[in-house]
Amino acid sequence: MNSEITIKLPRCKGCGICVAFCPKQVLAVDELGKVMVVNADACIACGQCELRCPDYAIFVDKKVKA
Amino acid sequence: MERSFEKYFRQNRLPHLWCPGCGNGIVMKAIVQAIEKKGLDQDKTVIVSGIGCSSRASGYMDFDTLHTAHGRAIPFATGIKLANPELNVIVITGDGDCTAIGGNHFIHGCRRNVDLTVVLFNNSIYGMTGGQASPMTPTHKKATTAPYGAIDRNFDACRLAEAAGATYVARSTAFHVQHLTDMIAGGIDNKGFSFVEAICQCPTSFGRKNKMADPAKMMMWMRDNAVMKAAWDKLPDDKKTEEKFPIGLFYNESETDYATAYNEVIQIAGGADK
Repeated sequence: MNSEITIKLPRCKGCGICVAFCPKQVLAVDELGKVMVVNADACIACGQCELRCPDYAIFVDKKVKA
Repeated sequence: MERSFEKYFRQNRLPHLWCPGCGNGIVMKAIVQAIEKKGLDQDKTVIVSGIGCSSRASGYMDFDTLHTAHGRAIPFATGIKLANPELNVIVITGDGDCTAIGGNHFIHGCRRNVDLTVVLFNNSIYGMTGGQASPMTPTHKKATTAPYGAIDRNFDACRLAEAAGATYVARSTAFHVQHLTDMIAGGIDNKGFSFVEAICQCPTSFGRKNKMADPAKMMMWMRDNAVMKAAWDKLPDDKKTEEKFPIGLFYNESETDYATAYNEVIQIAGGADK
C-alpha cells in the first residue's frame, strides 16, 4: 500500500463521483450512503477522487517511505 | 494531510447545503485554489454573490463576503471596486441570476469593463426554486416549466459577454477542475471585466428530468462533449453537434478599466490639471 486515503465522513454525502472516477475500483458507497475504502492496496494515489469530490471529503496522499 | 485551501473556507459552515453530487462545490474549490495560486490577500479580497444555489458559496468562503439581491451582484461589486480600487472583487453568480434577473447589469458591467472576476455557475436550471427552465437551459432539455422540452433558444453567455465588451472571456466545466482553476486565475490576472462560465451539474433538478440523475454520468457527459478551443476551431461543422461545446479562453484584450477611467475624472474634477 503506497497511498494514504483520508476520509472526512461527516462531509460525505455519498454522491458516488469518487467511486465512478476511480480507475482502480478502490472505493465504494456503503449501506449508510457514505464512501468507504474497499481495496486500499490497489490505490495508485492518482487523486481523481479528491480532485472531483464536491464536498471536500476525501484526500489522497502518497505515502512517504520511512 | 490538511489541504492548504481549507483555510479559505469557514470550517464551521461545512459541510455545505448543496445536494449530493452538486457541481457547485467543485467550482467553489476551483475559485479558492485560483485565489491561492495568485496569492491574493484574504483581507483584500471580496466575494460578492447574488441569489440562487451558486450564490450560497459566499457563505462558505472566509473572505469579506456579500450576499446581495437577486441579479444585482455585479452592481454591488462595481460599487465596492469604485469605493476601494485596491480590493480584488470576485463575483459568484448563477445562470438565472446573471442572464435573466441580472441580465442588464451583466451586459453593462461588461460594457464598462469594471475590474471584476465574474464566475458564472451554469447548471442550466433554476435549482433552488424547483427546477424551472432558465435562459441557459439548452433547447429541447426538460425542466419543471418545460415538461416537453424547452423551446427557447439558450444564451451563450460567453459570446454575450464578449459582444458586450468584457475583456477576458473563458469557459470550463466542473469535470476539468484544473483547467477551470487556470481559467479563473487568468481572470484574476486580467485588469478589466473577466468572465468565466463554469458548467456544473445539477443532478437533482436538471439531471433527473433529463435522464442523467447520476452526478458522475453528468460529469462524464461534460468530459465527452467539451472540446478545447484549439480543437473546436479545427472541427468540421458537421461534427459540431448540439451537445458539443467549446471550452477554454475565447477572448482576451486589454482596455482601460472603469476604475482607472473614473480616477482620471477624479483628478480633473479635483483640479489636478490646473
